[in-house]
Amino acid sequence: MWDLSVNALDTARLRGASYADVRVMHLRQRDLTTKNGQVGTLAQSESIGLGIRALANGAWGFASTDRLTRESVSACAAQAVSIARASALAKRGDVVMVPEDPYVDSWQSPFRKDPFEIPLETQLTLLLAADEEMRRVKGVTLTETGMQFRKIESWFASSIGSRIHQNKLITGCGIGATSFQGDDIQKRSYPNSFGGQHALEGYELVESLDFLKHAPRVGEEAAALHFAPQCPEKTGTLILGGSQLGLQIHESVGHPIELDRVLGQEANFAGTSFLTLDQLNKLRYGSDIVNVVADARLEHGPGLGSFAYDDEGVPAQCTDIIKDGQFRGYLSNRETAHLIGLKRSSGTMRTESWNRLPIIRMTNISLNPGTWDFENLIADTDDAILMETNRSWSIDDRRYQFQFSTEVGWEIKGGKKTRMLKNPSYSGITTEFWNSCDAICSRDHWTLWGTPNCGKGQPMQTMGTGHGAAPSRFRNVRIGSAFSNQ
Amino acid sequence: MTTPHKSNKSSTGKRSPSAVRPVELFLERELRRIIDTVLRLAKSTGAEETEVHIDETADSLTRFANNAIHQNVAEHGLNVSIRTVADGRTARATTNRVDEDSLRAAIEASLSLAHSQPKDPHLLPLPTKKRYRKINRFAKDTAALTPEERARAVRKACDLAIQNGQVAAGIFASGLQQSAMGNSRGLFAAYRETHAEFSITMQQNPAASWAKANAASVRAFDPQKLAQRAAEKAHLAVDAKELPPGRYTVILEPAAVLDLVGFLFYDFAATALEDKRSCLNGRMGQQLFGKNITIVDDAYHPLQLGAPFDGEGIPREKVQLVDRGVPKNLVYSRRSAKSANKKPTGHGFALPNEYGEAPMNLVFSGGDSPLEKMIASTNRGLLVTRLWYIREVDPYEKVMTGMTRDGLFLVENGKVTTAVRNFRFNQSILELLRNVELLGPAVRATGEEAFEMVVPAMKVREFHFSEVTKF
Repeated sequence: MWDLSVNALDTARLRGASYADVRVMHLRQRDLTTKNGQVGTLAQSESIGLGIRALANGAWGFASTDRLTRESVSACAAQAVSIARASALAKRGDVVMVPEDPYVDSWQSPFRKDPFEIPLETQLTLLLAADEEMRRVKGVTLTETGMQFRKIESWFASSIGSRIHQNKLITGCGIGATSFQGDDIQKRSYPNSFGGQHALEGYELVESLDFLKHAPRVGEEAAALHFAPQCPEKTGTLILGGSQLGLQIHESVGHPIELDRVLGQEANFAGTSFLTLDQLNKLRYGSDIVNVVADARLEHGPGLGSFAYDDEGVPAQCTDIIKDGQFRGYLSNRETAHLIGLKRSSGTMRTESWNRLPIIRMTNISLNPGTWDFENLIADTDDAILMETNRSWSIDDRRYQFQFSTEVGWEIKGGKKTRMLKNPSYSGITTEFWNSCDAICSRDHWTLWGTPNCGKGQPMQTMGTGHGAAPSRFRNVRIGSAFSNQ
Repeated sequence: MTTPHKSNKSSTGKRSPSAVRPVELFLERELRRIIDTVLRLAKSTGAEETEVHIDETADSLTRFANNAIHQNVAEHGLNVSIRTVADGRTARATTNRVDEDSLRAAIEASLSLAHSQPKDPHLLPLPTKKRYRKINRFAKDTAALTPEERARAVRKACDLAIQNGQVAAGIFASGLQQSAMGNSRGLFAAYRETHAEFSITMQQNPAASWAKANAASVRAFDPQKLAQRAAEKAHLAVDAKELPPGRYTVILEPAAVLDLVGFLFYDFAATALEDKRSCLNGRMGQQLFGKNITIVDDAYHPLQLGAPFDGEGIPREKVQLVDRGVPKNLVYSRRSAKSANKKPTGHGFALPNEYGEAPMNLVFSGGDSPLEKMIASTNRGLLVTRLWYIREVDPYEKVMTGMTRDGLFLVENGKVTTAVRNFRFNQSILELLRNVELLGPAVRATGEEAFEMVVPAMKVREFHFSEVTKF
C-alpha cells in the first residue's frame, strides 16, 4: 500500500500540490441480528480504496478511488489537485496549517478475542437464546438482538513524510424488547438503546455483558411500563444514568466544541455553536465539579474515539474541555488550531472511510468521575426522577436548547427508588443544565459508552465517538415537557 | 492487487481512466457480465440460488462557508453484493472488488454465513424474470458538470452574500449512480440516474435563512435564485422577538412538511404492522387524517427519483396509501405479502433484513393555495422555513420533537411582520394531518431529516411549540 500512497503523493506534488495526504483503508464488517426468534440480518462486507487530499493554489481538493492500480491512483491524485485549483476560484485566503512532525509508526488496537474467529454459530446461538428469554415474558410483542463487528485497517502517508499504519477492531452488541398494548408502544434495551454498547474491543465485550442474565429483566420492564404512571411535568431534581449522560455530553458538549462548527464551516448542515471564540477561558460552562476532557489516548479506555493518530497524522492527545466548570478548549485540526492561538492541532481529524474527507470529530469526550457512590447518591436525594436509556434526543443548531426522553424513569422519594415511571423526558439550556450539576458518581460507576452513529459533514459521514460518564445529579431541571400538551 | 476495472485479469473492465476526465459508469452489458460471472462462480461453489446487486456511484460535492470553498470532493465507488441460498438458509456478502478471486471469496463468505444459521421456514425461492417500466432520469449535462462550473456558481452566490454584508455557506453537488441486479432464475434489472443539489444558508448576524433544491437535472433549479431567496429571508430574520410557547397556526414551507411527514414512511410497511411498531396498528380504514390528505407511493412520478424495482427485483407499483384521510393500503415485500395473503408491491429491502419494506417515493396530493395565499388568510400565525433535529418521542401517537431553524416569522393580519426566536415543538403528526387548513401545490421538497418526497406547503392550526431557545 505504501507504493500506491507514495505514487499518489508524487503525482500530487508534480501537479503542483504544496501539501498532500493519502489514506488507503480496508474496512471489513459483519452484522448479525435476530427478530422474534429468527435471524434477521446476516451479512458481511468489505471495502478497500484510496482517498487523497491535496492543497494547491492555497485551497483544498479531495478525490477517491477504489481502483488500486498505479495508473488509477495517479489519476485520482491529479483529480484532487485539479479540484483544489477549482476551489481556488472561490477562496478568500490561503489555507494555513500549523506544523506537525512526521511519524513512522504501526499500531493495533488491543483485544483479547477476535470476533471474526469466533464461530458464527456461537454468536447466533447467544443472540437467539437472549431473544427467547425476552419472548418468554408476557406482553412482549417484539424482540430484537444484534452484534456488529468491524475491522478498519488504514495506511496514512503525507507529503511531510509520515507513514502510519493503524488497525482497529470494534465490537457492538445489544438486545431490546418492545411491548405494544392498547394505544401505547414501550421499549427497554440493554446495555443501551440503538444497538447497545460499542467499543474498541473484541468479542470479550459481548461476553462481559451477560445477555442471558439481563434478557428477562429487559422484557419484564418493557411490559411493566404500560402499567407505570406517566412521568410528571415539573421542575425538579434529575439523576441521569451513565449511558443517557453520555449522550447528553455528546450533544451539549461534544458538538459545540468542534472548531469547524464554531468557525461557521458547518453552518449549512450540522449548524454552528454558541461557543464563540470569545467564550474560551471565560465561560462558566458548568458547576465546579464538572470536568470534561477530549481524550483519544488508549489509556482513557477502549472508546470509539481512541486511536494512536488521527486521520491527519497527528498523535492522539488529551485536551481539557471543561476544567472545574470553566470552558477551556475546542476540538481543532491543523487548519484551525492557529485561529485559537494554538501551535498544534488537538488531533481530532477523522474519516469514516477511504472515500470521505477527514473532518473535525469528537474523540472520547468524557465527564471525569466524581466522588459519589451511587447508593449514597440515591440515599442523599429526597425527591427526584432517575432516567435511564435514551429514547429520543434533539438539540438546536447552536446547541443551546435540548430535549431528551428515556425509556424508563424511576421515582426517588426520601432517599429510595420507589416506583417506575413511563415516558420520562427533560429539557433545558446547555450551560444552565451543566451549572446545575451537584453530584457525580465515582470511577466505580463510570463507563466509556460508545455512540456509533454520529452524523456530520457533507457528504454525510457516520463516526463512532466515546463518552465516559457516571450517574450524576442535576437540580432545577424541567421535567416532562415532551409529553406536555398546552 | 487485481482491481475492479482495469486489470486484464478482471472479469469486466477495460477502460483506462485519464487524469481528470469525469468518471464514466459501467455500461449495462458490463454490469451483466459481472452478474453472470458471479452466477457462474456461485453455481460451481455450491449455492443453490444466487442474487447479485451492483451499485455504482460517481459523486462530486463542492462545499462552501464563510463566502469561500473550503471542501471540494469527488468519489467513485462500486459495490457487488451477493446473496446465496443453500438448504433453506440465506445470507449476504459485499465487496468492492470485481476480480474473480474477490467475487469467489464473497460468494464463499455468503455461503459460510448462510450455513451457520438455522433453516428459515419463511424463505421464498428467488423471483423469476420481470418486466420494468422505462424511466429516463439521466441528464448528460448533470453527469458532466465540472468542479470549475460548480466553483463559478458558488463564487456568484458568495459574491451576492458579500454585497449584502452576509455570509454564505452551503453545497453544490452533482453525480450519477446506477444499480443493477440479477439472479440465478434469470431476473435482470438495471437503472441509472443523475442528481444535483444546491443548498445555501445566508447568515446575517445573528440570524440566518436557507434555501435548497434537489433534482435529477442541474437545469431544474437556479442556484442564484436560491441564494437570492435565502439572502432576502436572512435579512428579514434579524431582530427576532421572543414569543411565548404554545399552540399556533403555522404555515409550513414544503421542506418543513417533508421533514415531519417523512417520519411516517415506515409506518406503511406491512412488516411494521406485523411487528406492532407502526402507528397504523388498529387504525387502518379509519378516518385518521383530514379529508384533504391523500398519499400515494409512486416511483414513476415525474418529480421522483429512484429505481423502478425493489431489493428483490420486484417492479415497484404505485400504491394508494391514504385516500382522503383514510389509510387504505400498505406496501409489501414478497415475504410480508405471503404472510398477509397479498401481492408484493415492489417495496422490499434487499434480503436478509428484519424491516421488510417501506414506501420510498411518497407523493402527497397538493392544493391550490400558494404560500402568499396562506399568509394572506392568516390573522395570527407563524411561517416556518425549516425544521431541525426531529426525533420520535411517542411512536404510536407519532409525537415528534425538533426545532425551527433558519427563519421563523410572525404573520399578523395577512402579512409577515417580524422574525421570531426559534421554538422547540412536540407535535403529533397524526394530529397535524387532521389540522391542515390549506395545501399548496405539491413540489419535490428537500430538507435534511427525510429523503426527498413530493409534498405541498401546509397551513396547520394548533401546532404545539413547547419551549423557546435563545436565538
